[in-house]
Amino acid sequence: MRRGPSAFNIASIALGLTFLYAPIVILVAYSFNASRLVTVWGGFSTRWYAALFKDSQMLDAIWVTLRVGVVSATFATVLGTLAAVALARGGFRGRTLFAGGIYATLVMPEVILGLALLLLFVGAGLPRGFWTVTLSHTTLTLAYATVIIQARLGSVDRSLAEAAQDLGCPPWKAFVLVTLPMIAPAVAAAWMLAFTLSLDDLVIASFTSGPGATTLPMRIYSQVRLGVSPEINAVSTLLIGLVATGVIGAYLFLQRRARVADSGAA
Amino acid sequence: MRRSRAGLAAVLPLLWLSVFFALPFLLVAKLSLSDTVLAIPPYAPRLDWSQGLAGLRAFLDGLDGETYARLTRDRLYLDAYLSSLRLAALGSGMLLMIGYPIAYGISRCPVAIRQALVMAVILPFWTSFLIRIYAWIAILKPAGVLNTALHTLGLPPVDILNTETAVLLGLVYAYLPFMVLPLYAVLDRQDESLIEAAQDLGATPLAAFWRVTFPLSIPGAAAGVLLCFIPMAGEFVIPDLLGGSETLMLGRVIWTEFFANRDWPAASAVAIVLLATLIIPILLFERQQAKVMS
Repeated sequence: MRRGPSAFNIASIALGLTFLYAPIVILVAYSFNASRLVTVWGGFSTRWYAALFKDSQMLDAIWVTLRVGVVSATFATVLGTLAAVALARGGFRGRTLFAGGIYATLVMPEVILGLALLLLFVGAGLPRGFWTVTLSHTTLTLAYATVIIQARLGSVDRSLAEAAQDLGCPPWKAFVLVTLPMIAPAVAAAWMLAFTLSLDDLVIASFTSGPGATTLPMRIYSQVRLGVSPEINAVSTLLIGLVATGVIGAYLFLQRRARVADSGAA
Repeated sequence: MRRSRAGLAAVLPLLWLSVFFALPFLLVAKLSLSDTVLAIPPYAPRLDWSQGLAGLRAFLDGLDGETYARLTRDRLYLDAYLSSLRLAALGSGMLLMIGYPIAYGISRCPVAIRQALVMAVILPFWTSFLIRIYAWIAILKPAGVLNTALHTLGLPPVDILNTETAVLLGLVYAYLPFMVLPLYAVLDRQDESLIEAAQDLGATPLAAFWRVTFPLSIPGAAAGVLLCFIPMAGEFVIPDLLGGSETLMLGRVIWTEFFANRDWPAASAVAIVLLATLIIPILLFERQQAKVMS
Protein backbone atom coordinates (compact mmCIF):
# COMPACT_ATOMS: atom_id res chain seq x y z
CA MET A 1 0.00 0.00 0.00
CA ARG A 2 1.48 3.29 -1.07
CA ARG A 3 1.14 6.34 1.15
CA GLY A 4 -0.58 9.23 -0.54
CA PRO A 5 1.31 12.37 -1.56
CA SER A 6 2.02 14.89 1.20
CA ALA A 7 1.45 18.62 0.87
CA PHE A 8 5.16 18.98 0.14
CA ASN A 9 4.91 16.41 -2.68
CA ILE A 10 1.98 18.20 -4.26
CA ALA A 11 3.69 21.59 -3.95
CA SER A 12 6.86 20.24 -5.63
CA ILE A 13 4.89 18.83 -8.53
CA ALA A 14 2.84 22.01 -8.92
CA LEU A 15 5.90 24.27 -8.84
CA GLY A 16 7.79 21.98 -11.22
CA LEU A 17 5.00 21.91 -13.78
CA THR A 18 4.50 25.69 -13.50
CA PHE A 19 8.20 26.19 -14.18
CA LEU A 20 8.02 23.87 -17.21
CA TYR A 21 4.86 25.29 -18.71
CA ALA A 22 4.73 29.01 -17.81
CA PRO A 23 7.20 30.09 -20.55
CA ILE A 24 5.28 28.09 -23.15
CA VAL A 25 1.94 29.55 -22.05
CA ILE A 26 3.36 33.09 -22.13
CA LEU A 27 4.80 32.51 -25.60
CA VAL A 28 1.50 31.21 -26.96
CA ALA A 29 -0.48 34.04 -25.34
CA TYR A 30 1.70 36.75 -26.86
CA SER A 31 1.39 35.23 -30.33
CA PHE A 32 -2.19 36.57 -30.23
CA ASN A 33 -1.13 40.03 -29.09
CA ALA A 34 -2.09 42.87 -31.40
CA SER A 35 0.84 44.97 -30.21
CA ARG A 36 4.35 44.41 -31.53
CA LEU A 37 5.74 44.96 -28.04
CA VAL A 38 6.08 41.69 -26.25
CA THR A 39 5.09 43.01 -22.82
CA VAL A 40 2.23 45.31 -23.74
CA TRP A 41 -1.09 43.62 -24.29
CA GLY A 42 -2.73 45.39 -27.21
CA GLY A 43 -5.79 43.19 -27.52
CA PHE A 44 -6.46 39.88 -29.25
CA SER A 45 -5.36 39.58 -32.84
CA THR A 46 -4.33 36.96 -35.36
CA ARG A 47 -2.35 39.43 -37.47
CA TRP A 48 0.97 37.66 -36.84
CA TYR A 49 -0.46 34.45 -38.21
CA ALA A 50 -1.60 36.31 -41.30
CA ALA A 51 1.88 37.83 -41.65
CA LEU A 52 3.36 34.36 -41.28
CA PHE A 53 1.41 32.92 -44.19
CA LYS A 54 2.66 35.75 -46.42
CA ASP A 55 6.28 35.19 -45.45
CA SER A 56 7.51 33.00 -48.29
CA GLN A 57 10.95 32.44 -46.75
CA MET A 58 9.32 31.11 -43.61
CA LEU A 59 6.98 28.87 -45.60
CA ASP A 60 9.92 27.50 -47.62
CA ALA A 61 11.74 26.74 -44.38
CA ILE A 62 8.69 24.92 -42.99
CA TRP A 63 8.43 22.83 -46.16
CA VAL A 64 12.14 21.88 -46.08
CA THR A 65 11.90 21.00 -42.39
CA LEU A 66 8.87 18.75 -42.85
CA ARG A 67 10.52 16.90 -45.75
CA VAL A 68 13.77 16.41 -43.85
CA GLY A 69 11.79 15.26 -40.82
CA VAL A 70 9.69 12.67 -42.65
CA VAL A 71 12.57 11.16 -44.63
CA SER A 72 15.11 11.11 -41.79
CA ALA A 73 12.58 9.76 -39.26
CA THR A 74 11.70 6.93 -41.64
CA PHE A 75 15.37 6.03 -42.20
CA ALA A 76 16.08 6.26 -38.48
CA THR A 77 13.10 4.08 -37.57
CA VAL A 78 14.07 1.32 -40.03
CA LEU A 79 17.70 1.36 -38.89
CA GLY A 80 16.65 1.71 -35.25
CA THR A 81 14.34 -1.33 -35.50
CA LEU A 82 17.17 -3.41 -36.96
CA ALA A 83 19.58 -2.18 -34.30
CA ALA A 84 17.05 -2.88 -31.53
CA VAL A 85 16.45 -6.42 -32.80
CA ALA A 86 20.20 -7.03 -32.90
CA LEU A 87 20.70 -5.63 -29.39
CA ALA A 88 17.71 -7.46 -27.90
CA ARG A 89 18.77 -10.84 -29.31
CA GLY A 90 22.35 -10.05 -28.39
CA GLY A 91 25.27 -12.40 -28.29
CA PHE A 92 27.05 -11.41 -31.50
CA ARG A 93 30.62 -10.31 -31.65
CA GLY A 94 31.09 -6.57 -31.29
CA ARG A 95 27.76 -6.10 -29.48
CA THR A 96 29.35 -4.01 -26.72
CA LEU A 97 31.02 -1.74 -29.26
CA PHE A 98 27.77 -1.48 -31.21
CA ALA A 99 25.74 -0.60 -28.10
CA GLY A 100 28.48 1.86 -27.15
CA GLY A 101 28.17 3.61 -30.51
CA ILE A 102 24.39 3.89 -30.07
CA TYR A 103 24.58 5.36 -26.56
CA ALA A 104 27.41 7.70 -27.54
CA THR A 105 25.26 9.38 -30.23
CA LEU A 106 22.55 9.79 -27.58
CA VAL A 107 24.62 12.12 -25.41
CA MET A 108 27.11 13.55 -27.92
CA PRO A 109 27.02 17.37 -27.87
CA GLU A 110 25.34 18.47 -31.09
CA VAL A 111 28.09 20.94 -31.97
CA ILE A 112 30.62 18.11 -32.14
CA LEU A 113 28.37 15.80 -34.16
CA GLY A 114 27.49 18.62 -36.56
CA LEU A 115 31.12 19.57 -37.14
CA ALA A 116 32.13 15.93 -37.59
CA LEU A 117 29.40 15.26 -40.16
CA LEU A 118 30.19 18.42 -42.05
CA LEU A 119 33.84 17.37 -42.39
CA LEU A 120 32.66 14.02 -43.72
CA PHE A 121 30.53 15.66 -46.41
CA VAL A 122 33.28 18.10 -47.36
CA GLY A 123 35.79 15.25 -47.48
CA ALA A 124 33.48 13.17 -49.66
CA GLY A 125 32.81 16.15 -51.93
CA LEU A 126 29.04 15.97 -51.38
CA PRO A 127 27.25 19.25 -52.09
CA ARG A 128 25.50 20.42 -48.93
CA GLY A 129 21.71 20.63 -48.99
CA PHE A 130 18.60 18.60 -48.35
CA TRP A 131 20.29 15.20 -48.39
CA THR A 132 23.22 16.07 -46.15
CA VAL A 133 20.83 17.42 -43.49
CA THR A 134 18.61 14.34 -43.86
CA LEU A 135 21.52 11.90 -43.49
CA SER A 136 22.78 13.85 -40.46
CA HIS A 137 19.38 13.85 -38.80
CA THR A 138 19.09 10.12 -39.37
CA THR A 139 22.36 9.68 -37.50
CA LEU A 140 21.18 11.98 -34.69
CA THR A 141 17.80 10.27 -34.18
CA LEU A 142 18.82 6.66 -34.85
CA ALA A 143 19.89 6.12 -31.24
CA TYR A 144 16.62 7.46 -29.79
CA ALA A 145 14.60 5.18 -32.09
CA THR A 146 16.75 2.20 -31.07
CA VAL A 147 16.33 2.81 -27.34
CA ILE A 148 12.53 3.13 -27.56
CA ILE A 149 12.07 0.02 -29.71
CA GLN A 150 14.56 -2.01 -27.70
CA ALA A 151 12.67 -1.26 -24.48
CA ARG A 152 9.48 -2.65 -26.04
CA LEU A 153 11.21 -5.68 -27.59
CA GLY A 154 12.46 -6.61 -24.14
CA SER A 155 8.90 -7.14 -22.90
CA VAL A 156 7.65 -9.03 -25.98
CA ASP A 157 7.13 -12.77 -25.68
CA ARG A 158 9.77 -14.24 -27.96
CA SER A 159 8.26 -17.71 -27.97
CA LEU A 160 5.55 -16.62 -30.42
CA ALA A 161 8.05 -15.78 -33.14
CA GLU A 162 9.94 -18.97 -32.33
CA ALA A 163 6.72 -20.97 -32.65
CA ALA A 164 6.16 -19.43 -36.09
CA GLN A 165 9.65 -20.45 -37.10
CA ASP A 166 9.18 -23.96 -35.75
CA LEU A 167 6.14 -24.18 -38.00
CA GLY A 168 8.35 -23.39 -40.99
CA CYS A 169 8.10 -19.63 -41.24
CA PRO A 170 11.35 -17.99 -42.42
CA PRO A 171 12.90 -15.66 -39.77
CA TRP A 172 12.23 -12.41 -41.64
CA LYS A 173 8.62 -13.40 -42.21
CA ALA A 174 8.16 -14.37 -38.56
CA PHE A 175 9.51 -10.93 -37.69
CA VAL A 176 7.16 -9.09 -40.04
CA LEU A 177 4.05 -11.15 -39.24
CA VAL A 178 4.50 -11.82 -35.52
CA THR A 179 7.03 -9.55 -33.82
CA LEU A 180 6.42 -6.33 -35.76
CA PRO A 181 2.68 -6.08 -34.95
CA MET A 182 3.53 -6.54 -31.27
CA ILE A 183 6.12 -3.74 -31.25
CA ALA A 184 4.15 -1.47 -33.62
CA PRO A 185 3.26 1.14 -30.93
CA ALA A 186 6.95 1.48 -30.02
CA VAL A 187 7.90 1.77 -33.70
CA ALA A 188 5.31 4.51 -34.13
CA ALA A 189 6.56 6.29 -31.00
CA ALA A 190 10.14 6.00 -32.28
CA TRP A 191 9.16 7.55 -35.60
CA MET A 192 7.38 10.42 -33.90
CA LEU A 193 10.28 11.14 -31.58
CA ALA A 194 12.74 11.02 -34.50
CA PHE A 195 10.48 13.35 -36.48
CA THR A 196 10.15 15.91 -33.66
CA LEU A 197 13.88 15.82 -32.92
CA SER A 198 14.59 16.51 -36.58
CA LEU A 199 11.99 19.29 -36.61
CA ASP A 200 13.72 20.84 -33.62
CA ASP A 201 17.38 20.64 -34.51
CA LEU A 202 19.25 23.87 -35.13
CA VAL A 203 22.89 23.03 -34.59
CA ILE A 204 23.42 19.99 -36.80
CA ALA A 205 21.28 21.49 -39.57
CA SER A 206 23.32 24.71 -39.48
CA PHE A 207 26.55 22.79 -39.99
CA THR A 208 25.34 20.39 -42.66
CA SER A 209 22.84 22.45 -44.63
CA GLY A 210 23.59 24.39 -47.78
CA PRO A 211 21.96 27.02 -49.94
CA GLY A 212 18.28 26.37 -50.58
CA ALA A 213 17.91 24.04 -47.63
CA THR A 214 17.35 26.45 -44.74
CA THR A 215 15.32 24.66 -42.09
CA LEU A 216 12.73 26.29 -39.83
CA PRO A 217 14.94 26.33 -36.70
CA MET A 218 17.72 27.99 -38.75
CA ARG A 219 15.24 30.59 -39.93
CA ILE A 220 13.87 31.14 -36.42
CA TYR A 221 17.39 31.41 -35.02
CA SER A 222 18.45 34.07 -37.52
CA GLN A 223 15.32 36.09 -36.65
CA VAL A 224 15.68 35.62 -32.90
CA ARG A 225 19.19 37.06 -33.07
CA LEU A 226 17.57 40.27 -34.30
CA GLY A 227 15.21 40.33 -31.32
CA VAL A 228 11.90 38.96 -30.10
CA SER A 229 9.16 39.20 -32.72
CA PRO A 230 5.48 38.22 -32.50
CA GLU A 231 5.74 36.39 -35.82
CA ILE A 232 8.21 33.96 -34.25
CA ASN A 233 5.70 33.48 -31.43
CA ALA A 234 3.07 32.63 -34.03
CA VAL A 235 5.18 30.05 -35.86
CA SER A 236 6.28 28.61 -32.50
CA THR A 237 2.66 28.28 -31.40
CA LEU A 238 1.78 26.41 -34.58
CA LEU A 239 4.74 24.08 -34.05
CA ILE A 240 3.86 23.48 -30.39
CA GLY A 241 0.22 22.85 -31.33
CA LEU A 242 1.22 20.36 -34.02
CA VAL A 243 3.56 18.40 -31.77
CA ALA A 244 1.28 18.50 -28.72
CA THR A 245 -1.69 17.24 -30.75
CA GLY A 246 0.40 14.44 -32.21
CA VAL A 247 1.94 13.35 -28.91
CA ILE A 248 -1.23 13.58 -26.80
CA GLY A 249 -3.23 11.87 -29.56
CA ALA A 250 -0.72 9.02 -29.76
CA TYR A 251 -0.70 8.73 -25.96
CA LEU A 252 -4.50 8.49 -25.69
CA PHE A 253 -4.62 6.03 -28.58
CA LEU A 254 -2.02 3.78 -26.93
CA GLN A 255 -3.83 4.00 -23.58
CA ARG A 256 -7.08 2.88 -25.16
CA ARG A 257 -5.33 0.07 -27.01
CA ALA A 258 -3.69 -1.04 -23.77
CA ARG A 259 -7.08 -1.03 -22.00
CA VAL A 260 -8.66 -3.03 -24.84
CA ALA A 261 -5.75 -5.49 -24.69
CA ASP A 262 -6.12 -5.77 -20.90
CA SER A 263 -9.85 -6.43 -21.02
CA GLY A 264 -9.27 -8.90 -23.88
CA ALA A 265 -6.78 -10.80 -21.75
CA ALA A 266 -9.01 -10.84 -18.68
CA MET B 1 21.84 -20.10 -35.50
CA ARG B 2 20.20 -17.28 -33.52
CA ARG B 3 23.58 -15.62 -33.06
CA SER B 4 24.20 -15.18 -36.75
CA ARG B 5 20.74 -13.70 -37.33
CA ALA B 6 21.17 -11.15 -34.57
CA GLY B 7 24.44 -10.20 -36.20
CA LEU B 8 22.75 -9.90 -39.58
CA ALA B 9 20.22 -7.36 -38.29
CA ALA B 10 23.12 -5.32 -36.93
CA VAL B 11 24.93 -5.06 -40.28
CA LEU B 12 23.05 -2.08 -41.69
CA PRO B 13 22.95 0.06 -38.51
CA LEU B 14 26.58 -0.83 -37.85
CA LEU B 15 27.56 0.26 -41.34
CA TRP B 16 25.61 3.48 -40.87
CA LEU B 17 27.31 4.28 -37.56
CA SER B 18 30.73 3.52 -39.04
CA VAL B 19 30.25 5.89 -41.96
CA PHE B 20 28.27 8.66 -40.26
CA PHE B 21 29.60 8.49 -36.72
CA ALA B 22 33.02 6.82 -36.38
CA LEU B 23 34.56 8.05 -39.64
CA PRO B 24 33.57 11.71 -39.09
CA PHE B 25 35.33 11.67 -35.71
CA LEU B 26 38.53 10.47 -37.34
CA LEU B 27 38.18 13.40 -39.73
CA VAL B 28 37.79 15.82 -36.81
CA ALA B 29 40.93 14.38 -35.22
CA LYS B 30 42.82 14.72 -38.52
CA LEU B 31 41.66 18.26 -39.08
CA SER B 32 42.70 19.31 -35.58
CA LEU B 33 46.27 18.50 -36.70
CA SER B 34 45.97 20.53 -39.91
CA ASP B 35 46.64 24.22 -40.54
CA THR B 36 44.31 27.00 -41.61
CA VAL B 37 44.77 28.29 -45.14
CA LEU B 38 42.85 30.69 -47.33
CA ALA B 39 41.18 28.19 -49.62
CA ILE B 40 38.01 26.17 -50.05
CA PRO B 41 37.88 24.08 -47.91
CA PRO B 42 40.02 26.26 -45.63
CA TYR B 43 42.59 23.79 -44.36
CA ALA B 44 45.83 22.08 -45.39
CA PRO B 45 47.31 19.57 -45.99
CA ARG B 46 44.85 17.66 -48.14
CA LEU B 47 45.51 14.07 -49.03
CA ASP B 48 46.41 13.74 -52.70
CA TRP B 49 45.74 10.15 -53.76
CA SER B 50 47.03 10.69 -57.30
CA GLN B 51 50.57 10.99 -55.90
CA GLY B 52 50.31 7.55 -54.33
CA LEU B 53 52.59 6.82 -51.38
CA ALA B 54 54.49 10.08 -51.81
CA GLY B 55 51.21 11.96 -51.50
CA LEU B 56 50.43 10.12 -48.27
CA ARG B 57 53.88 10.92 -46.87
CA ALA B 58 53.57 14.59 -47.78
CA PHE B 59 50.14 14.60 -46.14
CA LEU B 60 51.39 13.02 -42.92
CA ASP B 61 54.35 15.42 -42.80
CA GLY B 62 51.92 18.32 -43.01
CA LEU B 63 50.11 17.30 -39.81
CA ASP B 64 51.28 18.89 -36.57
CA GLY B 65 50.10 19.91 -33.13
CA GLU B 66 50.36 23.63 -33.90
CA THR B 67 46.61 24.22 -33.46
CA TYR B 68 46.69 22.71 -29.95
CA ALA B 69 49.71 24.85 -29.08
CA ARG B 70 47.71 27.84 -30.27
CA LEU B 71 44.83 26.88 -27.94
CA THR B 72 47.13 26.83 -24.91
CA ARG B 73 48.54 30.27 -25.74
CA ASP B 74 45.17 32.00 -25.69
CA ARG B 75 43.43 32.50 -22.30
CA LEU B 76 40.05 32.55 -24.04
CA TYR B 77 40.05 28.82 -24.66
CA LEU B 78 41.03 27.92 -21.11
CA ASP B 79 38.37 30.26 -19.73
CA ALA B 80 35.71 28.78 -22.01
CA TYR B 81 36.78 25.27 -21.02
CA LEU B 82 36.59 25.99 -17.31
CA SER B 83 33.29 27.83 -17.51
CA SER B 84 31.73 25.01 -19.58
CA LEU B 85 32.61 22.48 -16.91
CA ARG B 86 31.61 24.81 -14.08
CA LEU B 87 28.21 25.64 -15.58
CA ALA B 88 27.50 22.00 -16.45
CA ALA B 89 28.42 20.95 -12.89
CA LEU B 90 26.38 23.75 -11.28
CA GLY B 91 23.47 22.98 -13.60
CA SER B 92 23.58 19.27 -12.75
CA GLY B 93 23.59 20.06 -9.03
CA MET B 94 20.63 22.42 -9.34
CA LEU B 95 18.76 19.94 -11.53
CA LEU B 96 19.24 17.27 -8.90
CA MET B 97 17.89 19.53 -6.17
CA ILE B 98 14.89 20.65 -8.23
CA GLY B 99 14.23 17.36 -10.04
CA TYR B 100 14.36 15.10 -7.00
CA PRO B 101 11.33 16.54 -5.14
CA ILE B 102 9.33 16.45 -8.39
CA ALA B 103 10.22 12.83 -9.18
CA TYR B 104 9.63 11.83 -5.56
CA GLY B 105 6.29 13.63 -5.48
CA ILE B 106 5.12 11.87 -8.65
CA SER B 107 6.13 8.47 -7.29
CA ARG B 108 3.95 9.12 -4.22
CA CYS B 109 0.83 9.87 -6.27
CA PRO B 110 -1.97 7.38 -6.99
CA VAL B 111 -1.29 5.11 -9.98
CA ALA B 112 -4.07 6.66 -12.04
CA ILE B 113 -2.53 10.12 -12.21
CA ARG B 114 1.14 9.07 -12.05
CA GLN B 115 1.13 8.22 -15.77
CA ALA B 116 -0.42 11.56 -16.69
CA LEU B 117 2.12 13.45 -14.55
CA VAL B 118 5.04 11.64 -16.19
CA MET B 119 3.53 12.55 -19.54
CA ALA B 120 3.25 16.19 -18.42
CA VAL B 121 6.96 16.23 -17.54
CA ILE B 122 7.98 14.67 -20.88
CA LEU B 123 5.73 16.80 -23.09
CA PRO B 124 7.87 19.98 -23.02
CA PHE B 125 10.81 17.86 -24.19
CA TRP B 126 8.85 17.10 -27.35
CA THR B 127 8.26 20.76 -28.10
CA SER B 128 11.06 22.68 -29.71
CA PHE B 129 14.14 23.31 -27.60
CA LEU B 130 14.97 26.48 -29.51
CA ILE B 131 11.47 27.85 -29.03
CA ARG B 132 11.45 27.14 -25.30
CA ILE B 133 14.75 29.00 -24.88
CA TYR B 134 13.43 31.82 -27.05
CA ALA B 135 10.43 32.07 -24.71
CA TRP B 136 12.81 32.94 -21.87
CA ILE B 137 14.22 35.93 -23.73
CA ALA B 138 10.80 37.58 -23.66
CA ILE B 139 10.49 36.77 -19.95
CA LEU B 140 13.94 37.92 -18.84
CA LYS B 141 14.64 40.96 -20.98
CA PRO B 142 14.79 44.33 -19.18
CA ALA B 143 11.19 45.32 -20.03
CA GLY B 144 10.09 41.69 -20.16
CA VAL B 145 7.35 39.68 -18.51
CA LEU B 146 9.30 39.04 -15.30
CA ASN B 147 10.12 42.68 -14.67
CA THR B 148 6.59 43.78 -15.50
CA ALA B 149 5.34 41.29 -12.90
CA LEU B 150 7.91 42.46 -10.34
CA HIS B 151 6.97 46.08 -10.99
CA THR B 152 3.28 45.32 -10.43
CA LEU B 153 4.19 43.73 -7.10
CA GLY B 154 6.23 46.80 -6.19
CA LEU B 155 9.52 44.92 -6.26
CA PRO B 156 12.77 46.18 -7.80
CA PRO B 157 13.51 44.97 -11.35
CA VAL B 158 16.18 42.36 -12.09
CA ASP B 159 18.44 42.47 -15.11
CA ILE B 160 19.63 38.94 -15.73
CA LEU B 161 19.31 38.42 -19.48
CA ASN B 162 22.77 38.04 -21.02
CA THR B 163 24.30 36.89 -17.75
CA GLU B 164 25.49 33.56 -16.44
CA THR B 165 22.41 33.39 -14.18
CA ALA B 166 20.19 33.35 -17.27
CA VAL B 167 22.33 30.59 -18.82
CA LEU B 168 21.99 28.48 -15.66
CA LEU B 169 18.25 29.09 -15.60
CA GLY B 170 18.01 28.01 -19.25
CA LEU B 171 20.09 24.87 -18.62
CA VAL B 172 17.93 23.84 -15.65
CA TYR B 173 14.75 24.56 -17.59
CA ALA B 174 15.75 22.67 -20.74
CA TYR B 175 17.19 19.60 -19.03
CA LEU B 176 14.69 19.15 -16.19
CA PRO B 177 12.77 16.28 -17.91
CA PHE B 178 16.08 14.41 -18.39
CA MET B 179 16.69 14.57 -14.64
CA VAL B 180 13.15 13.80 -13.46
CA LEU B 181 12.64 10.70 -15.62
CA PRO B 182 15.57 8.51 -14.48
CA LEU B 183 14.94 9.56 -10.86
CA TYR B 184 11.26 8.70 -11.16
CA ALA B 185 12.14 5.34 -12.74
CA VAL B 186 14.13 4.21 -9.68
CA LEU B 187 11.77 5.77 -7.12
CA ASP B 188 8.74 4.18 -8.73
CA ARG B 189 10.30 0.71 -8.65
CA GLN B 190 11.15 0.96 -5.00
CA ASP B 191 9.65 -1.62 -2.69
CA GLU B 192 7.30 0.19 -0.32
CA SER B 193 7.63 -2.53 2.30
CA LEU B 194 11.23 -1.42 2.94
CA ILE B 195 9.96 1.94 4.19
CA GLU B 196 7.28 0.24 6.25
CA ALA B 197 9.87 -2.06 7.76
CA ALA B 198 12.07 0.93 8.64
CA GLN B 199 9.13 2.68 10.26
CA ASP B 200 8.05 -0.44 12.12
CA LEU B 201 11.54 -0.52 13.55
CA GLY B 202 11.04 3.00 14.87
CA ALA B 203 12.48 5.21 12.11
CA THR B 204 10.78 8.58 11.64
CA PRO B 205 9.50 9.17 8.07
CA LEU B 206 12.40 11.57 7.48
CA ALA B 207 14.96 9.07 8.78
CA ALA B 208 13.39 6.33 6.67
CA PHE B 209 13.72 8.57 3.62
CA TRP B 210 17.38 9.44 4.25
CA ARG B 211 18.47 5.95 5.18
CA VAL B 212 16.36 3.83 2.80
CA THR B 213 14.72 5.73 -0.07
CA PHE B 214 17.56 8.11 -0.85
CA PRO B 215 20.46 5.60 -0.94
CA LEU B 216 18.38 3.29 -3.15
CA SER B 217 17.72 6.13 -5.60
CA ILE B 218 21.39 6.97 -6.16
CA PRO B 219 21.64 4.98 -9.45
CA GLY B 220 18.78 7.09 -10.85
CA ALA B 221 20.46 10.28 -9.67
CA ALA B 222 23.72 9.18 -11.31
CA ALA B 223 21.94 8.41 -14.59
CA GLY B 224 20.22 11.80 -14.51
CA VAL B 225 23.44 13.69 -13.77
CA LEU B 226 25.32 11.95 -16.60
CA LEU B 227 22.45 12.38 -19.03
CA CYS B 228 22.40 16.13 -18.32
CA PHE B 229 26.06 16.94 -17.68
CA ILE B 230 27.44 15.63 -20.98
CA PRO B 231 25.26 17.60 -23.41
CA MET B 232 25.19 20.67 -21.12
CA ALA B 233 28.98 20.94 -21.25
CA GLY B 234 28.78 21.23 -25.04
CA GLU B 235 25.61 23.32 -25.12
CA PHE B 236 25.42 26.02 -27.79
CA VAL B 237 21.87 27.40 -28.08
CA ILE B 238 21.40 28.31 -24.39
CA PRO B 239 24.64 30.29 -23.83
CA ASP B 240 24.24 31.88 -27.24
CA LEU B 241 20.69 33.16 -26.72
CA LEU B 242 20.58 33.76 -22.96
CA GLY B 243 24.24 34.45 -22.14
CA GLY B 244 26.12 37.66 -22.73
CA SER B 245 29.36 37.95 -24.62
CA GLU B 246 31.26 37.14 -21.42
CA THR B 247 29.59 33.73 -20.99
CA LEU B 248 31.93 31.56 -23.03
CA MET B 249 31.23 27.89 -23.37
CA LEU B 250 33.07 25.44 -25.59
CA GLY B 251 30.04 24.71 -27.78
CA ARG B 252 29.85 28.39 -28.56
CA VAL B 253 33.60 28.61 -29.20
CA ILE B 254 33.39 25.75 -31.73
CA TRP B 255 30.50 27.50 -33.46
CA THR B 256 32.30 30.86 -33.61
CA GLU B 257 35.60 29.38 -34.79
CA PHE B 258 33.77 27.55 -37.51
CA PHE B 259 31.18 30.03 -38.75
CA ALA B 260 32.63 33.44 -37.89
CA ASN B 261 36.39 32.87 -38.03
CA ARG B 262 36.37 30.07 -40.63
CA ASP B 263 39.10 28.45 -38.56
CA TRP B 264 38.19 24.80 -39.07
CA PRO B 265 41.33 23.34 -37.44
CA ALA B 266 40.73 25.37 -34.26
CA ALA B 267 37.05 24.31 -34.16
CA SER B 268 38.17 20.68 -34.56
CA ALA B 269 40.85 20.93 -31.88
CA VAL B 270 38.36 22.44 -29.41
CA ALA B 271 35.91 19.64 -30.29
CA ILE B 272 38.61 17.03 -29.61
CA VAL B 273 39.47 18.62 -26.26
CA LEU B 274 35.79 18.68 -25.26
CA LEU B 275 35.36 15.08 -26.38
CA ALA B 276 38.44 13.95 -24.45
CA THR B 277 37.01 15.60 -21.33
CA LEU B 278 33.59 14.04 -21.78
CA ILE B 279 34.82 10.56 -22.67
CA ILE B 280 34.88 9.40 -19.05
CA PRO B 281 31.30 10.49 -18.28
CA ILE B 282 30.21 9.04 -21.65
CA LEU B 283 31.77 5.66 -20.82
CA LEU B 284 30.15 5.72 -17.37
CA PHE B 285 26.81 6.48 -18.99
CA GLU B 286 27.21 3.61 -21.45
CA ARG B 287 28.06 1.14 -18.70
CA GLN B 288 24.99 2.19 -16.79
CA GLN B 289 22.72 1.98 -19.83
CA ALA B 290 24.09 -1.46 -20.67
CA LYS B 291 23.25 -2.57 -17.13
CA VAL B 292 19.72 -1.16 -17.30
CA MET B 293 19.07 -2.68 -20.71
CA SER B 294 20.34 -6.19 -19.95
